[in-house]
Parts: sequence; structure tokens; C-alpha cells
Amino acid sequence: MIRMHRMLCLATMPGIVALLAGCAMGPTREDPFEPMNRVSYKVHQVVDGNIVKPVVQAYVDYTPKVVQRAIGNFFGNIDDMFSVVNDMLQGKGDKAGNDLGRVITNTGFGVLGLIDVAGSANIPKGNEDFGQTFGVWGIPQGPYLFIPLIGPMTVRDGGGWLVRGYASPVAHIDDIAARNVLWTLNLVDLRASALQAENLLNQAALDPYTFIRRSYLQRREYLVYDGKPPPAKEDEQ
Amino acid sequence: MTFVQTQHARRCAGALRWLAIAMLALAALPAFAQEAPDALVKRVSQEALTIIKSDPRVQAGDQAHIRDLIEAKIAPHFDMDRMTALAAGRAYRQATPEQRKRLADEFKSLLIRTYSNALNQYRDQTLQYEPLRAEPNATDVTVRTQVMRPGQTPVSIDYSMEKTPSGWKAYDVIVGGVSLVTNYRDEFTQQVRDGGVDGLIKALAAKNAGAPAK
Repeated sequence: MIRMHRMLCLATMPGIVALLAGCAMGPTREDPFEPMNRVSYKVHQVVDGNIVKPVVQAYVDYTPKVVQRAIGNFFGNIDDMFSVVNDMLQGKGDKAGNDLGRVITNTGFGVLGLIDVAGSANIPKGNEDFGQTFGVWGIPQGPYLFIPLIGPMTVRDGGGWLVRGYASPVAHIDDIAARNVLWTLNLVDLRASALQAENLLNQAALDPYTFIRRSYLQRREYLVYDGKPPPAKEDEQ
Repeated sequence: MTFVQTQHARRCAGALRWLAIAMLALAALPAFAQEAPDALVKRVSQEALTIIKSDPRVQAGDQAHIRDLIEAKIAPHFDMDRMTALAAGRAYRQATPEQRKRLADEFKSLLIRTYSNALNQYRDQTLQYEPLRAEPNATDVTVRTQVMRPGQTPVSIDYSMEKTPSGWKAYDVIVGGVSLVTNYRDEFTQQVRDGGVDGLIKALAAKNAGAPAK
């Protein structure tokens, strides 16, 4: 766990540096650290492509689909717990009730979240996190960052991940081995879910760095506004 | 049958055939002219889904065949000139008609290639169509659909559509809040800055010819 913490600290260092530097930045440029971020992106490509991706691909190819589904559901259930917390922090009582219903159903009847019973009953899955809550509270997104092994992020979302990392039930498991296995599985599960999108990205993008940045920022904006972002101005003739 | 009878039968058959064609055209014309944007999206999506599920060459992953199908069935419902104009922004306004055409052609090829790959990956999912919320005489609407995936948050796919003399046409697709046109605007701006409009056309052509992303 100490190693995990150190990794988290290392991963968030650029975020903290950026936060300090970002205070001096005007609000117009979203990616003031583009040169540094592009280097991070290249590093990420090398490490991810040679080590992480082959491992994750093997997991996807050789683990029974039922097991993968159960692992995805397990971490999805933890996501739902955080959805409940963030629904409440954003003052969304109805959604909080709905997401709490999912957590109770899946934790109780779905063997600690391994089975998505609520999903089978068509209870829609919420999708709130601390980064979104900060956005709803009016905290600006801050500079865009690309962090090796973690991916695209803004300072605001990085803060959200930090809160979550410390608050996650996984962080409070006493058995170090079990905890590390769970963290690793969590990361593998997350990375596996991005494999398909990555194929599309490589097909679609002229410059994947730019494409990822714009997709990420658009997606986060959309989530903060719950699917109704203010219209962007069009640049047409 | 006598000669005269045969002639008569033939003439009748000929006249009947024309009548049938005329009636079909009459029946079809208002139907297409008035097809509402949400009905259009639903019809084209359903057609595409049926083909994906039944065509053996699509299931075998025959990319060239899939691209032909998209070109024939889906591409006509997009306004490529408007999409290109939106994505290229100022560079489009300054481009010559010849450059605009090449740009739109290359952009279209890229979108079709991307779309054919996407179809291959997302074939097991079901679509839900949301009721259209728009004024009856609106000329610019957003048609909203949802891709339902078991055990996961649904992904929204929205189509920005405009009314044209040849029916409603889409000029942007927004997947999970990510607008295709907005995404390409950044990409295009960057390429134009580096190599002008011709540089952008060249980059798109190279991409379509199968060059790996840099």
C-alpha cells in the first residue's frame, strides 16, 4: 500500500505543480502544458503499449467472460457508492435514492456487487464522481494534463481521483496482498474497458493526442452538465 | 393468340407498368419529402441494424463491403459540405472550390472508414429512440438516441440535423457528449497551421490510405 500511495503521489505531482502554475494562466487556454503533456503522452504510449496493454489484452482474451463481467460489476458497484455520495453533494436527492437502491440491491443480492441484479431489473446506472461534483460547485477545470498510465485528466478531475483513492473501500482493506490485488484488478478492468475505444481512436484521429484531449474535455463538460452542456459557439461561414 | 390480341396485351401491360411506376412515385414523393427527422434516423438505423445482423459478408468482417453499404445507405443522409465547413472553419472559407471538394471527399472517406470499424465493434447493442422535442416548423433539430448495453450506463448518440430541399440531413454526430465536428475542428486547425489547406488534405488522404496515426 505504501507503494500504491507513492505511485499516487508521484502521479499527482504534475497535477499539483500544474495547479500552482495554472493560477497564473488565463482561462482561455485549456492545455498550457502541451509540450510537457505531449512528452507524457509519448512515455505513456511506450510503457502502455509494451507492458500494460499486452497484460490487459491477455486478461480480456484468456479470462472467462463471466469472471470479467463479475469483476467489472464489483468495481461498478463501488462506482455506484461514489455516485450516491456525489449525488448528495450535488443536491440530487432522486438520483441519490436511485443509486443507493442499486448499491443495496447489488451488494445484498448480488454477492457484494459481483452480479448486477439491479441492472437486470433495469434500474439505470448513475455516473457521478468527485470531479463532476467540483464542476457543479463551480470550481474551474484547470489545466489539462496527460499523465502516463492514467491518461487524460484536468486538475479538477485529478483532485476528484485523489479524494476517491483515499475514500475507496479498497483503500481500507487491512490485508496488504488482497488490497494490492484489488487495486491491480481495478486498473486492469478500467484499462480493458478502453480497448475498443482505442481502436476507434486510432482509426479516426489524425493526431491522437489532440483527439483524446478534445474528446475528454467534451465528455467531462457533458457529464458535469448532466447531458445538457451550454451550446458551444459555431465557427461557420 | 392472334397477332392483334398479343399487340393489345403488350400495350396494356406497358401502360399498366407506367401507371404503376407513376403511382409508386406519387406515393413515395410526399412520404420522403415529409419524413420527419426522428423517423428518418429510426428508419436508417433499423435498416443498418438489419443488414448488420443478416448480411453474411458484414458478419465475416468484409471491410470493403461494409464501406460500400455505408456509402450507399447512410452517407446520403449526411450533409458532408456543411460538416466539412464546420470542422475546417476559417480554412474552409478561404479554400478554393477545388480544395473544398477534395477536403469534403477525403473527410467523407475517413468518416466512413471509422464508422465501418465502429459497426464491427458494437454489433450486439440495441438502440432506443427518444421522442423529438422540436417546433413543427423547425429547420434545425437534434434527434436523440441511446445505445443500451447490459450492465452499463447507456451511451447517447445525438444527431444534429437540418432541413434541406432533399430531406433532413445530419451535420454532426454527438456520441456520449463528444461532438465529432468539434473533435475534428481541433485536428483540422492544427493541420492547417502546419501545412495549409493542402497539408490538411494530404494528411487526410494519407490517413485514408492506411497510414498509422503519428
